Amino acid sequence: MQKPKIATASLAGCFGCHMSLLDIDDRILKLIDLVDFDKSPVDDIKEFTGRCLVGLIEGGCCNEENVRVLQEFRKHCDILISVGDCAIDGGLPALRNGIPLKECLTEAYITGPTVYNPSGKIPSDSEIPLLLDRIYPCHEVVKIDYYLPGCPPPADTLWQALTALLSGKPIDLPYELIKYD
Amino acid sequence: MTAYNETIVKDICRRFGNERSRMMDVVKEVQTSFGHVPNEAMDAIARALSCPRVEVQSLVSFYAFLTERPKGNIIIRLCDDVIDRMQGFDRIADAFKEELGIGIGETTTDGKITLEATPCIGMCDQAPAALINDVIVTNLTKDAAREIVAGLREHGDPQRLVKRLGDGNNAHELVRAMVVNNVRRKGDVIFGEGKPSDGLKNALAMSPVEVIRAVKTSRLRGRGGAGFPTGIKWEFTRAAKDETRYVICNADEGEPGTFKDRVILTEKADLLFEGMTIAGYAIGAQAGILYLRAEYVYLRPYLEHALAERRKSGLLGNKILGHAGFNYDIRIQMGAGAYICGEETSLISSAEGFRGDPKTRPPFPAQKGYMGHPSAVNNVETLCCVTRILERGAGWYAQMGSNGTSGTKLLSVSGDCKIPGVYEIPFGITLKEFLAMAGAEDAAAVQVGGPSGQMVGPAEFNRIICYDDLATGGAIMVFGPQRDLLWVVSRFMEFFVEESCGYCTPCRVGNVLLRRKIEEVRAGKCDPAAIAYLEDLGQTVKIASRCGLGQTSANPVLTTLKNFRPLYTARMKENEAGMQMTFDISAAVRDAEIIAGRKSANF
Repeated sequence: MQKPKIATASLAGCFGCHMSLLDIDDRILKLIDLVDFDKSPVDDIKEFTGRCLVGLIEGGCCNEENVRVLQEFRKHCDILISVGDCAIDGGLPALRNGIPLKECLTEAYITGPTVYNPSGKIPSDSEIPLLLDRIYPCHEVVKIDYYLPGCPPPADTLWQALTALLSGKPIDLPYELIKYD
Repeated sequence: MTAYNETIVKDICRRFGNERSRMMDVVKEVQTSFGHVPNEAMDAIARALSCPRVEVQSLVSFYAFLTERPKGNIIIRLCDDVIDRMQGFDRIADAFKEELGIGIGETTTDGKITLEATPCIGMCDQAPAALINDVIVTNLTKDAAREIVAGLREHGDPQRLVKRLGDGNNAHELVRAMVVNNVRRKGDVIFGEGKPSDGLKNALAMSPVEVIRAVKTSRLRGRGGAGFPTGIKWEFTRAAKDETRYVICNADEGEPGTFKDRVILTEKADLLFEGMTIAGYAIGAQAGILYLRAEYVYLRPYLEHALAERRKSGLLGNKILGHAGFNYDIRIQMGAGAYICGEETSLISSAEGFRGDPKTRPPFPAQKGYMGHPSAVNNVETLCCVTRILERGAGWYAQMGSNGTSGTKLLSVSGDCKIPGVYEIPFGITLKEFLAMAGAEDAAAVQVGGPSGQMVGPAEFNRIICYDDLATGGAIMVFGPQRDLLWVVSRFMEFFVEESCGYCTPCRVGNVLLRRKIEEVRAGKCDPAAIAYLEDLGQTVKIASRCGLGQTSANPVLTTLKNFRPLYTARMKENEAGMQMTFDISAAVRDAEIIAGRKSANF
């Protein structure tokens, strides 16, 4: 029987959630017994090769590229999970949400006290994806099936959630794994 | 209006005994003197009342009728509730905007007139209405709006806009308002016959405990909406160990669609004050406070006069009616435009000179209320019932009404009905019978108890108006078949978003999210999952909020989901691809496209 496939992506995140996934340590061997990785930074596959059972999304959407990737994930994955606070709430990047985009970019590239930018222009290369007016949490862009909160969610939380999904058993998350204060 | 002068502020503070707890009054007087509460005045008030300046600013910034910035000498506040919207708010607002040449929230260039919108001012039966400084204008038309602006420009005196006086005491020389009572049905309690002071005399002939027993026997329950048994509340208050106790009458009638207390205050002030006096005797209080909403300030001179008359007649003051040891007086505390202050603990905060933030219960006001002393907080109508109970007997009272709920209830009805106004009906009639009385047989939906109550449809019209079935604080808003109920829900949510005090997150954030989702549903951008979202979020706001506002603010959503679900489902689309219809990528990248000077390559 073919193994189910998993895809992962880090959008406007810090890769911390992916690090946490790697933190499952030697259980990663068990994991690759259970699944194949499709599009993911873990194996550096850039485009989907087929339908996936689970998509793990780290980070919210800060630019058009994030939106495109997230929509691709929705198209290819049966189950999409927002992993970590940036995917769920926008997280740290969302600190800019109260500031108009123009103001933000002007401060960053022109008027900021440590800026050295003789051109005096905001960079605009067609290779650079356009920023969105604010950070959007993933569920505002596509339908999300599950949420795993945490900054990052502990490795055990990710492990429990994945194995529960793969085995079809109810998820067993002890209080210690979902409390963050 | 005068230029800032610290002596004036000091004088005002001194007149209130430099009491920290009277800050509401101090600040209001300061505003009356200077048109706003200037920066320097806040410093001066803080010094005089010996409190941090931030407490003054915090208070001023909390209330809608207080301002730190100069506004016009004349402030026109258009009543912006659902009923006024249905009766032509937009037309009237446009006429005012056009005549004044400004938008809502702005002041004319000569600095004379400010135009604002305000939640329900308690005139739904004569909407559209507005408050011009302290003066109420009703049944507005576009022509009336133009005349008002012309008049204000010419003489600047809002009182002169009142051309025809209303009925009853609205025409009293101390009221002189164009407001009408619209009392459509008189019952035996509030509008019944009785001899003034008989209730109080009978009460004083009994022991306080006997008075409480009589109120308990009458099975009187609170008329504000929650329906707590009045006698039990008094028993708790009396039992609390303290030398000082207070009676507080909640006349902060802010629930949109409710205006029955306004009519009581206009026509039955003595019945109320007598009830407050009886309450004082029963619980062993030395003072009573009537907390009057700012919108009803036009009634204040008349009410103060009524209190003065009672003092003269020995019905207030020392040794009331010769009863040695019963010394009791009543003062009026003005509010400043905050719906939340209708919640009893917020009301107490406000009366103590703070922001109208609710307090954590327990301790309940009966144990620890105004200034930390046991306080019985009762609705205007409840206290009027008390007078009649003592006057005519608990048995007489208890036999009226339905099995579970004794007595009568004042209902204020407005909206799509032929005969809006105030009705005193016995508990136990069906909503259908009541709607027939008000000429609203073709109602498609009725909001019972205001936005915090419930929206019911024809399938529920046979329900009985009483505490065990269809409970209401008095508001009945009728919506005809032509109305878009989700628009109504959206307006109600807007109201709660504005009026949330912001203290607790479920209410501050939850109501905003509910409103947003309702707007998305209305725009046809939701899939059926939105129903579960609204239900979950609504329940969270209800369960997790700290006070009555948040505990009821989701009701417009929850009760329409229950009683009018097809309205929601009809606007939903299946969404198999899983892309959110509310997400608009072109709007999201628009700013960046302008900054970069190129179009999105992805979309």
